[in-house]
Amino acid sequence: MSKKKETSSDVEHWLYAYEQMAKIREFEEKVNELYMKALMPGLAHLYSGQEAVAVGVCEALHLDDYITSTHRGHGHCLAKGAAVDRMFAELLGKEAGFCKGKGGSMHIADPDSGNLGANAIVGGSMGIATGAALSAKMRGSGQVAVCFFGDGAVAQGLLYEVMNMAALWKLPVIYVCENNNYSEYTHRSETLAGEIIARAQAFGIHAETVDGQDVQLVQETMQKLVDRARRGEGPAFLECLTYRYYGHHVGDINRTYYRSKEEEHDWRENHDPLKLLAEKLIAQKLTDRAVLDKILADVATEVEAGMQFAINAPFPNPSEVNEDVYV
Amino acid sequence: MSEREITFSEAIREALAEELRRDPRVFIIGEDVAEAGTPFKVLSGLVDEFGKERIIDSPISEPGFTGVGVGAAMTGMRPVVDIMFGDFLTLSMDQIVNQAAKVHYMSGGKLKAPIVFRTTMGATRRSAAQHSQSLQAWVSHVPGLKVVMPSTPYDAKGLLKTAIRDENPVVFIEDKLMYKMKGIVPAEEYLIPFGVADVKRKGDDITLVATSSMVQVALGAAEKLKEIGISAEVIDPRTTWPLDKQAMIDSAKKTSRVIVIDEGYEQYGVTAELASVIADGAFYYLDAPVKRMGAMNVPIPFSPVLEDLTVPTEETVFQMAKSLCQRS
Repeated sequence: MSKKKETSSDVEHWLYAYEQMAKIREFEEKVNELYMKALMPGLAHLYSGQEAVAVGVCEALHLDDYITSTHRGHGHCLAKGAAVDRMFAELLGKEAGFCKGKGGSMHIADPDSGNLGANAIVGGSMGIATGAALSAKMRGSGQVAVCFFGDGAVAQGLLYEVMNMAALWKLPVIYVCENNNYSEYTHRSETLAGEIIARAQAFGIHAETVDGQDVQLVQETMQKLVDRARRGEGPAFLECLTYRYYGHHVGDINRTYYRSKEEEHDWRENHDPLKLLAEKLIAQKLTDRAVLDKILADVATEVEAGMQFAINAPFPNPSEVNEDVYV
Repeated sequence: MSEREITFSEAIREALAEELRRDPRVFIIGEDVAEAGTPFKVLSGLVDEFGKERIIDSPISEPGFTGVGVGAAMTGMRPVVDIMFGDFLTLSMDQIVNQAAKVHYMSGGKLKAPIVFRTTMGATRRSAAQHSQSLQAWVSHVPGLKVVMPSTPYDAKGLLKTAIRDENPVVFIEDKLMYKMKGIVPAEEYLIPFGVADVKRKGDDITLVATSSMVQVALGAAEKLKEIGISAEVIDPRTTWPLDKQAMIDSAKKTSRVIVIDEGYEQYGVTAELASVIADGAFYYLDAPVKRMGAMNVPIPFSPVLEDLTVPTEETVFQMAKSLCQRS
């Protein structure tokens, strides 16, 4: 969550954003390792490459603002303020996990940080986010709700139903589309007609497209959208152009049939959100490599400790299998 | 207790009005719920007292407004979502089944969705295949949901108030043909707990377990059976989940013969689950196999001549009971 108010300067804030992005990157690297070593049950959809979107968006939010997340949701969860150790524990199906091991990678929720949950139905949380915004408006709480989804989810009809209602009722909801170009294993040129933001504009919803690899740009744009939503000026739509470094999920290794290695290399080399921010901060002489390396080292230590905690944590007691079905 | 006779739809409206007055978190959302008061006029007048902020007319977007309801429920509100025809549950199924029903479990008990999905059921309104189904089996199948099927104005009011106060998602299914039916309803507040069956008529020779619209059919059949000397007991589970298994088993043990009647399709229907529970729990007491009567396994036809053949009637239940009791 935003440390903006707790820190004394802009540079400290952007170093924190760097740390958050680095944490997500490192977390996902470890998830990939766990999966490859067959230590992790199920599967995982890695967020690597898209860090600037989650961090830029969540840094514009308050702790009690809501987010809804997706199957590719580890980044959202960490960026909104969840702890690394309990996230790993959830991914490994352990009792100490955020959902006591009952949700796993695709259903992580942390209401304490405003995360209403990842969703394994593509586009499945669009109604929930819009309803959270309606609830905030009815309660007069001043909260906003953010709905994360990918370019693949733009093909779901639910989006158009809820954008219609959000526009009609001026709800404080921001639809954040992470356009990483791929709907699972298919390029968007095969799945999407027309422009993405034109869809929102058709409902009279304020919509913008930004470079989703630039965390500063994402946050600044998002801050404007959040402020207008809080002022009661209604919903907004933010398309972030981004890229996922890995496949659709951890097992999607051989993917040259749908995208080239050259394309992947280009994004990693020339559009990496961590590199981009580091270069900017160094060029502006706001920091130096040693400071950033120290952040990376500290993050690596934290993530390693979190992973070890989860590996050593106990599984749930079998008696829990039929608990929490009903309140 | 002072008693009055009111209609089923008045009982529903009273329950909603009382809960809207009691709890500011309660609101209604759905198609034509405000000034129109729904096509069935069940909600007429509520918007006058509670305003359009709490009686929210939505676009014709079942998945959309159902999902919006779920999100509001997860963040501190108590929505009552109006799904005009039970057939439209199919449109909202992802939001009900994958979202509302599972969010408590998936989050390890941290999130909850206290929400009521009010919808309708029932054939013989000449509304054909997409406005006549009784899909209670679909929702009764899903862990995390509770399913209520009232059969009288009294039950409707007490159960709906309980549904709104429940912390879980509840599907509340009303028989469209019952809206004008009158019954005794106390003026004082009361609640009816879930999972408690009601004996609608006491009897000794055969048990008729019936839900919603089929309760009146069973009571009519019981009256006819009495004329030929068969004493039928009519049990109404009132909620298909939680299910009062013991009440059905106890009655079956007493009478040794059972017919289960529900207006959903017979194939894989509510009757199958109830019959299984009874056969399992009263096996050594039964003198005949537990029989099931549901809607015929066809899409519901338009022509009145055909439609009337598809649902159990007093006469078909009477004939089935008579043959089970080996009377010719």
